[in-house]
Amino acid sequence: MKKLVMGVLLINLLAACATQKPAVPVSETQPAPAAAVQPATAPAPAPRMPAAPAAVAVDPLNDPNSLLANRSVYYPHDVDAVQDADKPAVRAHASYLAEHPNRTVRLEGHADERGSSEYNLALGQRRAEGVKKMLLLGGAKDGQIETVSYGEEKPKASGHDETSWAQNRRTDIQYNAR
Amino acid sequence: MMRMKYLRCWGVLMVLCGALPAHAALTIEIIGAGERQMPIAIVPFAGDQKLAQSIVAVVSADLARSGLFRLVDPAGRTPHEPSQVVYADWPGVEALVIGSVAVQKNGRVEVKFRLLDAVKRTELIAQAVSAKDDQVRAIAHRIADLIYEKLTGDAGVFSTRIAYVNRQGNRNRLVVADSDGYGEQAILSINEPIMSPAWSPDGSHLAYVSFEQGRAVVYVQSLLTNQRVVVANFRGSNSSPAWSPDSKQLAVVLTRDGGSQIYLVRPDGRDLRRLTFGGGIDTEPNFSPDGQYLLFTSNRGGSAQIYRMPVEGGSAVRMTFEGGNNFSPRHSPDGRNFVFAHLSNGRFYIATHDFATRQMQLLTRGGWEKRPSFSPNGKMILFASEAQGRGILATVSSDGRVKQRMFPQAGDIREPVWGPFLKQ
Repeated sequence: MKKLVMGVLLINLLAACATQKPAVPVSETQPAPAAAVQPATAPAPAPRMPAAPAAVAVDPLNDPNSLLANRSVYYPHDVDAVQDADKPAVRAHASYLAEHPNRTVRLEGHADERGSSEYNLALGQRRAEGVKKMLLLGGAKDGQIETVSYGEEKPKASGHDETSWAQNRRTDIQYNAR
Repeated sequence: MMRMKYLRCWGVLMVLCGALPAHAALTIEIIGAGERQMPIAIVPFAGDQKLAQSIVAVVSADLARSGLFRLVDPAGRTPHEPSQVVYADWPGVEALVIGSVAVQKNGRVEVKFRLLDAVKRTELIAQAVSAKDDQVRAIAHRIADLIYEKLTGDAGVFSTRIAYVNRQGNRNRLVVADSDGYGEQAILSINEPIMSPAWSPDGSHLAYVSFEQGRAVVYVQSLLTNQRVVVANFRGSNSSPAWSPDSKQLAVVLTRDGGSQIYLVRPDGRDLRRLTFGGGIDTEPNFSPDGQYLLFTSNRGGSAQIYRMPVEGGSAVRMTFEGGNNFSPRHSPDGRNFVFAHLSNGRFYIATHDFATRQMQLLTRGGWEKRPSFSPNGKMILFASEAQGRGILATVSSDGRVKQRMFPQAGDIREPVWGPFLKQ
């Protein structure tokens, strides 16, 4: 994994891993994105995984090898622009949303704790808005995208160190249930 | 260059208030002392031992917490009336408190107390205070306020309240408590974050940010009726409420028109007006005591710094130039300076900036210290800190000499704010 790639079907598993760190206070009870529990029955033009059972069409959103499996965008400290490393994944989501106008996403911006809680709320919102702009440029429609921020309120990792902070500076792309 | 002046604690006095009853919500630890501590003896009041809560214990703890007094043990001497006081028995004591407690037939508790100047041998206060028997701590705080004001010339803040967020796992409780941490009352309890509580100037309402709708929404809640109204619920984030001194409007931060910008709105959500028009982050507005200016945090210069602008609109002036970043400005009650959180080399410090001298003064040694607010008399600063891996409350005197740490019984404390004086 290049980074902490959040495969849709792996979200709960990864969340469980995250809780092995001592005293992770919050954030793990967020329900997994609804897409995670949807059966992959919708007709989809996407390539199937080699090991997938024959006759089951796989939504590329549910393909752990797809760029679409990357649901988090990461940032340097106090930066809100999408970095080059994450642009291919964001563009893939833009294309998917353009091709699936009935799908909607919620972009959740987060920040590390180095700032006031209000500054971090604003920073998280800017991060989510930055991802939204890229999605719109890639063909998604405004009505498909909601942006919110949790600032530093829902850290994925709770340490006062760069390893934790790096995980907490992110925008999560969450697909809503259809 | 700004002069960075580190203030060191004087002395190493450490008082653990072990005498407090076990149901204390917070454990309080005091570090440091005022430049000069006045020796004061508080004689156990006649009848005090019959109360479930000793009034003298609360008065003593209040005065000790201020760091301005040295409590002298009465050592068995028990005068309750002026006629019983033999001043020669109290060498080295400058102030003497005596009194008596009576529980009336209707259940009210009446306390008669006197503050005596043991040097001039005169009476400074002779007063009776009464309340219902479940208000004994309030009586004691009132007595401590009267003593403090008479001896220091400043209004006491022992009767004031504080608000903070207590987080245990996913559970977030917005708590209102006495300034010593007792009398905790949760006014909101949800499994989503709560941020930025702000007291109305008369102490009757709290504005705050709740995520219970899945994103940041600003509410105003009455502490009398618990009823609340949505003040701002636009797309994106709605946050950082701050009351104007006349209570007629709130400054809030909204992203409805793009980036985080400052708006004014009435406390019932009407009459929204945009105040800042930047492309970056403008947040954490705070009104000056005269209502004419706003301090706020902005990254318009490339990093988070503190700016000031007229409430009526106009250009903003940058106030902080120190290395690192600066956040969370709040005016002192007299408007002469502001307190803020200074981030430098990965550590947060509580600092003040004097408008006249334009100097920054660091009040703490640094750590995870955030969201400072002044006590209403301007003598103390309450802030969020961390110790033993937990979020705690901390205070520092505005001269940096006296520090306290208050540990919650459970969970983490976040987002504290000191409330206003309450009308007696």
